[in-house]
Amino acid sequence: MSLAEKYPKEVKQILAKYPPEHKRSAVMPLLYLAQREEGYITKAAMQDIARMLDITETDVASIVGFYTLYHDKKEGKYRMQVCTDLPCALRGAEEFLNNLCGNLGIKVGETTADGLITLEAVTCLAACDKAPMFQTQGPDGIKYHEHMTVDKTLELIEALKKSTAEAK
Amino acid sequence: MAKQITLTIDGKQVTVPEGTVVADAAKMAGIDIPVFCHHPKLEPVGMCRMCLVEIGRPVRDRVTGQFVMENGAPKIQFMPKLETACTNKVEEGMVVLTRSQKAIEGQRGTIEFLLTSHPLDCPICDKGGECPLQNLTMAYGPGKSRFLYDEKIHLDKMVPLGELIWLDRERCIQCARCIRFQNEIAGDAVLGFDERGRSTQIVTFSDPPFDSVFSGNTTDICPVGALTTEDFRFGARPWELQAQASICTQCPVGCNTTLNTRREAKAGGRIVVKRVMPRQNEEVNEIWLCDKGRFAYHYTEGKNRLSRPMIRKDGKLTRASWEAATKLAAENFQKAKKNFVILASGRLANEDLFNLKSLAEHADGKAYLYTHMGGGELTSLVGVGQGTDFGKMGAGTTIVVVASDLYQEAPVWYLRVKQAAARGANLIVMNARETKLDRFASFVVRYAYGDEVKAVNDLGKKNKIGESFLKSENAVILYGSDGLGIAGSTALASACAKLLHENGFSGKPNNGLIGVWSRANDQGAWEMGFQVEEDLAKALKGKTVYIAGADPVGDDPKLAKALEGAEFVAVQDVMATATTEIADVLLPAQAFTEREGTLTSGVRRVQRFYAAVPVSGDAKADFAITSQIARHMGIILEGTSVSAVFDILAASVKSFEGLTYARLAEVRPQWPLVGREDLYYGGTTYENKQGMGAQLSAAAGRGETVSIPRVEKEALPRPKEKELLAVPVTRLYDRGTTILPSELLHQRIGEPNLVLHPSVAENLGVVEGQKVSVSFDGVSGEAVVKLSDAISVGVALIPRSMGLAIREPVAVKVK
Amino acid sequence: MAHVLLRHRDIPDIHKLEIYKKNGGFEAFKNAVTKMKPNEVTDVVKNSGLRGRGGAGFPTGMKWSFIDNKNWPHYVVANADESEPGTFKDREIMEGNPFQFLEGVAIASYAVGANAAYVYLRGEFWQIAAFLDEKIAEMEEAGYLGKNLFGTDYSLKIYTHLGAGAYICGEETALLESLEGKRGQPRVRPPFPPSYGLYGKPTIVNNVETLTNVPMILANGAEWYKSMGTADSPGVKIFSLSGRVRKPGNYELPFGTTFRELIYTHGGGVQDSRKVKAIMPAGASSSLILVNDDKILDTPMDYASVRTIGSDLGSASVIVVDDTVSMDWLINKTVHFFRHESCGKCTTCREGTYWMSHLTERIHEGRATRADVDLLLNVAKQMQGKCLCALGEFSTMAVVTGIERFRSDFEKVVKA
Repeated sequence: MSLAEKYPKEVKQILAKYPPEHKRSAVMPLLYLAQREEGYITKAAMQDIARMLDITETDVASIVGFYTLYHDKKEGKYRMQVCTDLPCALRGAEEFLNNLCGNLGIKVGETTADGLITLEAVTCLAACDKAPMFQTQGPDGIKYHEHMTVDKTLELIEALKKSTAEAK
Repeated sequence: MAKQITLTIDGKQVTVPEGTVVADAAKMAGIDIPVFCHHPKLEPVGMCRMCLVEIGRPVRDRVTGQFVMENGAPKIQFMPKLETACTNKVEEGMVVLTRSQKAIEGQRGTIEFLLTSHPLDCPICDKGGECPLQNLTMAYGPGKSRFLYDEKIHLDKMVPLGELIWLDRERCIQCARCIRFQNEIAGDAVLGFDERGRSTQIVTFSDPPFDSVFSGNTTDICPVGALTTEDFRFGARPWELQAQASICTQCPVGCNTTLNTRREAKAGGRIVVKRVMPRQNEEVNEIWLCDKGRFAYHYTEGKNRLSRPMIRKDGKLTRASWEAATKLAAENFQKAKKNFVILASGRLANEDLFNLKSLAEHADGKAYLYTHMGGGELTSLVGVGQGTDFGKMGAGTTIVVVASDLYQEAPVWYLRVKQAAARGANLIVMNARETKLDRFASFVVRYAYGDEVKAVNDLGKKNKIGESFLKSENAVILYGSDGLGIAGSTALASACAKLLHENGFSGKPNNGLIGVWSRANDQGAWEMGFQVEEDLAKALKGKTVYIAGADPVGDDPKLAKALEGAEFVAVQDVMATATTEIADVLLPAQAFTEREGTLTSGVRRVQRFYAAVPVSGDAKADFAITSQIARHMGIILEGTSVSAVFDILAASVKSFEGLTYARLAEVRPQWPLVGREDLYYGGTTYENKQGMGAQLSAAAGRGETVSIPRVEKEALPRPKEKELLAVPVTRLYDRGTTILPSELLHQRIGEPNLVLHPSVAENLGVVEGQKVSVSFDGVSGEAVVKLSDAISVGVALIPRSMGLAIREPVAVKVK
Repeated sequence: MAHVLLRHRDIPDIHKLEIYKKNGGFEAFKNAVTKMKPNEVTDVVKNSGLRGRGGAGFPTGMKWSFIDNKNWPHYVVANADESEPGTFKDREIMEGNPFQFLEGVAIASYAVGANAAYVYLRGEFWQIAAFLDEKIAEMEEAGYLGKNLFGTDYSLKIYTHLGAGAYICGEETALLESLEGKRGQPRVRPPFPPSYGLYGKPTIVNNVETLTNVPMILANGAEWYKSMGTADSPGVKIFSLSGRVRKPGNYELPFGTTFRELIYTHGGGVQDSRKVKAIMPAGASSSLILVNDDKILDTPMDYASVRTIGSDLGSASVIVVDDTVSMDWLINKTVHFFRHESCGKCTTCREGTYWMSHLTERIHEGRATRADVDLLLNVAKQMQGKCLCALGEFSTMAVVTGIERFRSDFEKVVKA
């Protein structure tokens, strides 16, 4: 099913933002849309977007490759992206991440056995005064979680687990 | 003419057109500024940082705008930072220092940075010896790297970007020349960068991968050994190669090429062609070549090459001397009198065709051109005038492309027409189906098959499109045979010729009619006076036939049958075909790589090609064979030297008047500078030292009275129930005798197919990829169904030379 | 003193349209559209001395006056890509005081004749984009955006556009490329956006904080604005304070406020009462200020003064580094950041950040010699002045000043 069939309203809204002769601008919002359900962008979705915008699949793929918030592989349902950049690191972000890894039993870049969480270390998220912090990227978009502790994080994971189970 | 700007580069005063970038201005003045990403044919991007120079600009008084003077000269203010010579345009009074201490350090730094990630595997790299990175490292590099060798990044070294081009990720320096070529020049944006930073890498996501017929050009302009061709990879070292000028024989564009040859152990010590490279001719192919031209030369070295004359004895072809073979042919030709027919194709050179036509005239026989497309007598009348150059077309010129898919039929014309449109030319693309050129057109006219003539006539009417055509200063029409046979294309040519001539668009530079022929020298055959015959089968039946450079038996069962009933068949060809099997006498001809001669391109430019490799066996040049036969018939035709034949030809064929063989070898200065010393700049394309050719005059240009016959077009066949209208189309890669022997193109050639609109397929109950049997007009065969919504409903497309002998629109049965 | 930008700290619920209106909201925009010519609006901003808050400090009014009036249409793009490590001010503005920011976008659009404006937010600001979309819809509903505004023939639409994780898109030409649906790689300049911007059309790109100043300047006049701050740097600035301080956060203060006041009075001093060892006033892109003399802390934070102590104010993202931090660790952090964010377009940055990261890693892990430190310094300097855009140049700042100003930190970690 194409994006336009699946999300007619959203696609229309997105395309309306840009001059028709520059509809290529819609590639980024359309990629978010394509990523919404599975958490990654399939080759078929790239083809679909390329056709919609009169650009090549290679054009679309090179956008996916450039930006870190697009993914071309299936991983955890939620990506937990912990900022470990300089300002956060000065406020304990690295220890936080290490402890979290220990608690989850995974390394940075790995996914929990239940497929719920992929843990990542990322660059600055513009929340340097609220470290340690991370964002979750999932089906419902991106959310910030600030002034975090390992305990609070584990609670959050439990809640995500629960809502996932309920959804099933 | 653009305004001229004067600046000083390394103390030398240079005057160049406004808008020139400093790197190009320096090159024009003979000063080399090292570059990697910059290419004179591409938009500047300033990425590689190799061309860092010091730039000073004269200080202007804020009030008066005049230069501020200091010690009698304008005061020059230098920027604190080095600047890129490739992105800065020249300014009046600018002062550029390319070899100051600061500039030298900047350039040295860039080389050192580039080499940190480069594998330095020159000894096993195909580019070694003609590598800009290697050369510029020697000239501008630090000599020694401070980067720890053990920390070098390791990446995939053998990544196929499709079956023709390989990528070595370690060697790539991310200059994006290949990507930019594909986007800006080829218009096939099928290469891109993936990832970013140090992980940046070239990828293709098209299906099939690297889906472009221009892919080979990226290996010419790649400044490192990152992109190599499947054909040449690990094939030879550049310094072992000899270079000989040639002309591509695959289509009517006439791209100038260079054949690189080497003595080859694997070929038993013979000298063979190792690769075909483009040779610069800015009026023809610039510095580009399509993949068919680059990779389809292998037929000249194939197993099927003919090398000995043969005579049929007791039903079997047996070895014979040239004397015996030509004598036998001559006796039969003489005996046949009016039943003598010559059938020759545009694969032959002008000199060959001239001798054949002369023979036919002297012997009272007929000379037919083996083709599916007519109208060539009109391109001689109202063809484009001398000085025609797609590169000079822009605003004010209308280019009409009708019934032709240029991307498939004449790729380099496609490139150049596309670029003319980008420069402001009014491009009108007329076809019954969508073609790749559509997206660059000002107007797209979609007619129904059978309405070609009407569509062209409408251009002369007062409507929006017609007016855009009529009010242009110059107009050319490229007409083809998409969906048409001889009758249809002849009628179309006539309509085009009338329209052009009546509106004053003929016989002048950048005005006139251009035929998109299927073979390299079809236009030459028309100039020599060859005719086409619609019912060729009838014309051959029971006759004495002299076939040169054609395979009618293999192409068309109807013709095969007709030739079965021929009185006598002499076949002259480069390689064995189904037609050579039925020959009574077999005359082995030299391949274009083994001899010299001239070809006439579709824009009526006559160009010379040269012998690059030794002759295969006892083969002779076509014109010489014809001459030898003629002599046995008491007819004297020049047979010893091509130049002598050419001079006779020029004296007797009006459009060739005034041309000499030597004049064709003249060259003029060209921009950009390319060639061996400049390969870091323009790429490995060869410089043209052997001739740019000359254009023929058209009757209209000579002031002769031109009358264009009105040709009535026959109506399309009406499909009966359970039948479909099928039309022929031309594909770049087909199963033709000059393509099929190149095995590396087989994936692109694919299977014989039948292109249907999805709704038609549904009605027929067939799906994409399904094998169906197709029958029409005594022809039947199998084809694979391919769906396309870019074609009209109710019409099936059958590609020519793919196994189903379609000559013209026909009603077909599909099962 | 009442806030000029972070007004939500003084006026609760100013993010609600009615409350914003009640507090003078949209009056400046209405006044501009109905009573002023576009160039008069530009003149007021010019006279106020407002300088761009994204880091470069370019005079805003002058930038607007560069718009090419021979080429149409025009666009305004708000740069909400806020990605410099240590910067988190635009986010607070958009979350707390969105209408003032959007009014600033609207006024800028009117001043340069744009009928469409885009707010380019970094992809992580997903929720903020959704929030702004609501606010834009409310403005349309209330007649502040749309066709024939206030009965004139001026029309304006504002759209949000989300990036997707690329620091480089904060660079204005990379941002424009990204907005055009391409890889966010900087363009060669000139031409600059006011003549060749979005879709090749004249475009003004301004930072969120810059634009948020504009309604207040129009409402209160250029003289009022100049009465704050210094002659070189008029007005107020949001200082994002982070690192080893007790109370990190955003502080809106007049230009010229001292580092000491920011760190000690507002930021509550250094954690664990340690000493300030270094200050990075412009986030990870900073030249490190060596605080070896207590008087350094009394330097006023304005563009000119910070330059006198060998650094730049940039985006005023003040990261405080205390004496527990070793500079080999710090530059390893910043270099890895830049290596990760390098777009890969130019050789110098792509290869330079990669090479530097090898060296900083080796040094930080104790596998390096003194020669490696010298090499690192040399490589960084070899990059300087040769990159396509500022990112590559910035990547060398902390390295060069780190080694030159804190050499002893490196002496401790190298092998003999």
